[in-house]
Amino acid sequence: MSTDLNIDHVANLARLALTPEEKARFSAQLGDVLGHIEQLRKIDVSGVEATAHAYPVFNVWADDVARPGLPVEAALQNAPEHRDNMIVVPKVVEGE
Amino acid sequence: MSSDLHYKTATELTELLADKKLSSVELMKSVIDRTKAVDGRVKAFNSYDEKDALAQAKASDDRRARGLSAGPLDGIPVGLKDVIAVEGQPLTASSKMLANFVSPYDSTVTKKLKQAGAICWGRLNLDEFAMGSSTENSAFHTTRNPYDLERVPGGSSGGSAAAVSAGEAPLALGSDTGGSIRQPAALCNVVGMKPTYGLVSRYGLIAFASSLDQIGPFARSVDDAALLLGAIAGHDPLDSTSFKTEVPDYCLELAKRKGPWRLGIAKEYFGEGLDPEVGAAVQAAVEFYRKQGCEIKEVSLPHTEYALDVYYIIATAECSSNLARYDGIRYGHRSKEATDAIDIYFKSRAEGFGPEVKRRIILGTYVLSSGYYDAYYLRAQKVRTLIRQDFLDAYQSVDAILTPTSPTPAFKVGEKAANPLAMYLSDIYTIGVNLAGLPGISVPCGFSKSGLPIGLQVIGQPFKETELFAIARSYEQAHEWGSRLPAL
Repeated sequence: MSTDLNIDHVANLARLALTPEEKARFSAQLGDVLGHIEQLRKIDVSGVEATAHAYPVFNVWADDVARPGLPVEAALQNAPEHRDNMIVVPKVVEGE
Repeated sequence: MSSDLHYKTATELTELLADKKLSSVELMKSVIDRTKAVDGRVKAFNSYDEKDALAQAKASDDRRARGLSAGPLDGIPVGLKDVIAVEGQPLTASSKMLANFVSPYDSTVTKKLKQAGAICWGRLNLDEFAMGSSTENSAFHTTRNPYDLERVPGGSSGGSAAAVSAGEAPLALGSDTGGSIRQPAALCNVVGMKPTYGLVSRYGLIAFASSLDQIGPFARSVDDAALLLGAIAGHDPLDSTSFKTEVPDYCLELAKRKGPWRLGIAKEYFGEGLDPEVGAAVQAAVEFYRKQGCEIKEVSLPHTEYALDVYYIIATAECSSNLARYDGIRYGHRSKEATDAIDIYFKSRAEGFGPEVKRRIILGTYVLSSGYYDAYYLRAQKVRTLIRQDFLDAYQSVDAILTPTSPTPAFKVGEKAANPLAMYLSDIYTIGVNLAGLPGISVPCGFSKSGLPIGLQVIGQPFKETELFAIARSYEQAHEWGSRLPAL
């Protein structure tokens, strides 16, 4: 297990802008946490199944029945900007 | 329990309401008065809507007058952690990201509370997005421990614990991902309970770590906690991880269970880092059970020492995924500095999230990233299996396990704020329960010499909440720790 946390790479994956101070502080603090986590390497996990949920429920089926969703006004009430029942965002495609 | 209306248990209030010795409006007014008198110092609430609460109380009184009372919770205020959606009320997660968010719908637990006639009372403070153990990570303010205002109430559901402790709500709901109900309950001298994973619907709970999160009750007695759990538990088609299981009348059933029980003690929960006063109080509780005829057995939970590491891999991985939805596009904070769509993501998240949330997103993104997944996330999930198996093995020979809830009493505001690892260690006795999906409860079990509350944790078997409540109650009924109120 390596603890070579490349903070710029990871922050980019997380779509999170960090200041230089945050990068330095988080790298040091997470270095401590990852150092602690190193001890997990001691355990023999060969043949052990992974637990995703403590009580896994499989194949949860629901009847495909239409039911009312949120009205448009309610769905848009928390939008930072909206117009004509749509959320306004900066242009994401070039040209026309 | 107390002559003050605002310190009565829900069970006492239910009786007064049923006997028409008290109206819900009178009760609500006394709770509002108490909140106004103390919350400037305790700071349990992010916000509350007095008029709305009184209107709900009036509606309850009207129902009762017409003989249509919905049951024992009708007319009783229940405080809600500010991650549980109530239609038309703020839903902030104590984050700048959601500072102006108003929920367009009810969570399932909210719906159930409304059906039971309970009054949805205020928005209770927490560590931002439920990440923390002290409420110091709230973007708005730090809630104070009612027993010592210089100290933290615990977290993340610190507002819920402090509100019940300070007489600002007879009942409250919190959420528990690694101890966020039980640890603050212990630090604030109230009862706090995390149900078996899947017993209570998570629909309308702001997600932190979906395989660990559960909503649960805060109360002034075990009976009250059982009453509130009974109202919110049950299968919900809107949460595919919720279980199809019968929900008994916990209050009725638990009173029939008298023991004696076989109770386990695990040496892994009494080791280094345990405050001696906490250790002594819990040992005294163990002796109480022994004298009651319970069989006390040593059990082994050998993978306990890895629980914290497993937790911080799984919880951060799931949080980095869950919090990806806060992108500044559809709701929540949108940066005014952003120049294009991708820039909105980067800057809105930078401005909207506080340091602990950012730290956990970074760690979670790292452990899930290409090349590290097997070494961290997959390995953690495998060790999680071993931790869960430890508990299930122990339950071959015992009915429940007794441990301290928190290694120390409440610490001072600021004491651990700069050291995340030290803060994480305050959850050391509670996180195994979440990883294994078990039910756990914290009940008051004493005070330190300096007057700080101490909690006893009882860890139960999956879906055996009735037994868990009965075990906790048998201790509670023989002690009076809960009636030692804070001097506010």
